[in-house]
Amino acid sequence: MTQYIIRRLAQMIPITFGILTLVFSLIHLVPGDPAVQIAGENARPEDVRQVRHALGLDQPLGRQYISYLTGVLHGDLGRSFQTNESVSVQVRQRYPATIELALGSMLVALLVAFPLGIISAIYRGKWVDNVARFFALLGVSMPSFWFGPLLIIAFAINHPWLPVSGRDEGLKSLILPSLTMGLALSAILTRMIRVSLADELTQLYVTTAIAKGVTRGKAIFRHALKNALIPVITVLALQFGSLLTGAIITEQIFSWPGLGRLLIDSISKRDYPQVQASILVIALTYIFVNFASDLLYGVVDPRIKLE
Amino acid sequence: MKRFKRFLKNFAFTFGLIVTVALVLAAIAAPLLSPFDPNMQDTSRRLEAPSRDHLLGLDELGRDVLSRILWGSRVSLRVGFSVVIIAAFVGISLGAISGYFGGWIDTIIMRVTDILLAFPGILLAIALVAVLGPSLNNVVLALVVIGWVAYARLVRGQVLKVREMEYVTAAKALGAKSPRVIVLHVLPNVINPVVVMATLGLAGAILSEAALSFLGLGVQPPTPSWGSMLNAGRRYLGEANHLTIFPGAAIMLAVMGLNFLGDGLIDMLDPKYRKDM
Repeated sequence: MTQYIIRRLAQMIPITFGILTLVFSLIHLVPGDPAVQIAGENARPEDVRQVRHALGLDQPLGRQYISYLTGVLHGDLGRSFQTNESVSVQVRQRYPATIELALGSMLVALLVAFPLGIISAIYRGKWVDNVARFFALLGVSMPSFWFGPLLIIAFAINHPWLPVSGRDEGLKSLILPSLTMGLALSAILTRMIRVSLADELTQLYVTTAIAKGVTRGKAIFRHALKNALIPVITVLALQFGSLLTGAIITEQIFSWPGLGRLLIDSISKRDYPQVQASILVIALTYIFVNFASDLLYGVVDPRIKLE
Repeated sequence: MKRFKRFLKNFAFTFGLIVTVALVLAAIAAPLLSPFDPNMQDTSRRLEAPSRDHLLGLDELGRDVLSRILWGSRVSLRVGFSVVIIAAFVGISLGAISGYFGGWIDTIIMRVTDILLAFPGILLAIALVAVLGPSLNNVVLALVVIGWVAYARLVRGQVLKVREMEYVTAAKALGAKSPRVIVLHVLPNVINPVVVMATLGLAGAILSEAALSFLGLGVQPPTPSWGSMLNAGRRYLGEANHLTIFPGAAIMLAVMGLNFLGDGLIDMLDPKYRKDM
């Protein structure tokens, strides 16, 4: 296992560097002079110079890159042009909201997918199964930026039951955003659980258990489900990463004060250091979660280590 | 059961084909089909609900929603086809070079794809459009940057397999040069999976364009795009929900149709799956 972890960690290093390099280069992709873009077309030359200096753009590229990397290693991601405070302050403030939203969506997905997936697998080919499959199809085809507003129309405008904006009402505020983001995931999970459990149910050990007098229910829930969950767990962990990017859109719909909203707000204000910091943190969390889910896979399925 | 499944598959494929053809026709014939100029404003009738002369209602500036959806299909397909064609061209070329020559070229190309695959796709697209500025061309560029990787990986894998085949050795022994071998002997073997990938990629690109436009990073007003229509409609969910319902339905229908078509093509073109039919 240790070897497996070390090997995976070694693969992470060049990827992390690649991502840092990508995020670093973003500001150099700004067409024209980024300092002029930020200071404004009509800014005085000394203001432009000051912006250029604050960004470190007046230094040679190599030195800029090295000072960016050392800064990141020390947790210094730069200063915001809007507030002049360290961009990591905002990132730290917004981070928990995004994680909360991702966890909420995951919970929604599990609550929907488990019963649906299990029922579909047991009654394969029956009408329940067809309904569940239709739901899954709908779930993956429906873009969140349509489903979210539809939920608002249904549960906040036509029936004013739930809050649609912000995060002030605790759990109540979390419901609609989590439903919006959880729908696609629940569709994927339902399919996954259905296929995986249906596969296990055809295995001989299940037949043996039933032949030995175990009830069908017990054979399904005690024996088959346990094995069926192995691939499901890894998919779940992998999908957590995509929830982080899905949050960019969902946070926009529900004015959820997370990293995604911070990113889009900073883009419209051309606050490039804040944009870079938000992107870096989302991307690093994403690859870390994927790394963790790989390890988890190694733990739940010992065969992986042998590769 | 098997027959029912087969029917369903055929149905899905037919549905996908019909939707796709309708989408392409709508885009081509938008000027003929649209009852109104998509940018013509009638501010005295803004946010008006669907009626007989405006079947899908009017938007926040009093423009005909149906006409804007029809014209919006042009943006969607333009982005979709541009992204798929450019990304496939770049990906196939780099993948073929990478797999055929191996060595340091292969290492460099594959490390780049590793990084791009590790980076969440839509985030990279947002980042690129954020610094390059929002416009149709930059959306295409951003989606190509994240899109070519899949083609490159696919083609490289196939090339590695085909490269060792005897007919390729034979072609080389007869004096065929590398480009000739790649184009005539290697690429025909990868064309089927590429077609499937392109169809599904078209759906993905349309969805991503809509997402970027929804975030205000895509096509800029007054050009009608489904994503930006949804974004504008968000402010009027209470008084004019037709601004949200119809453009969203158009996106979903298009994406669903293309996905069905892609799934159907997998069955037809990929022999590995054919035994299920």
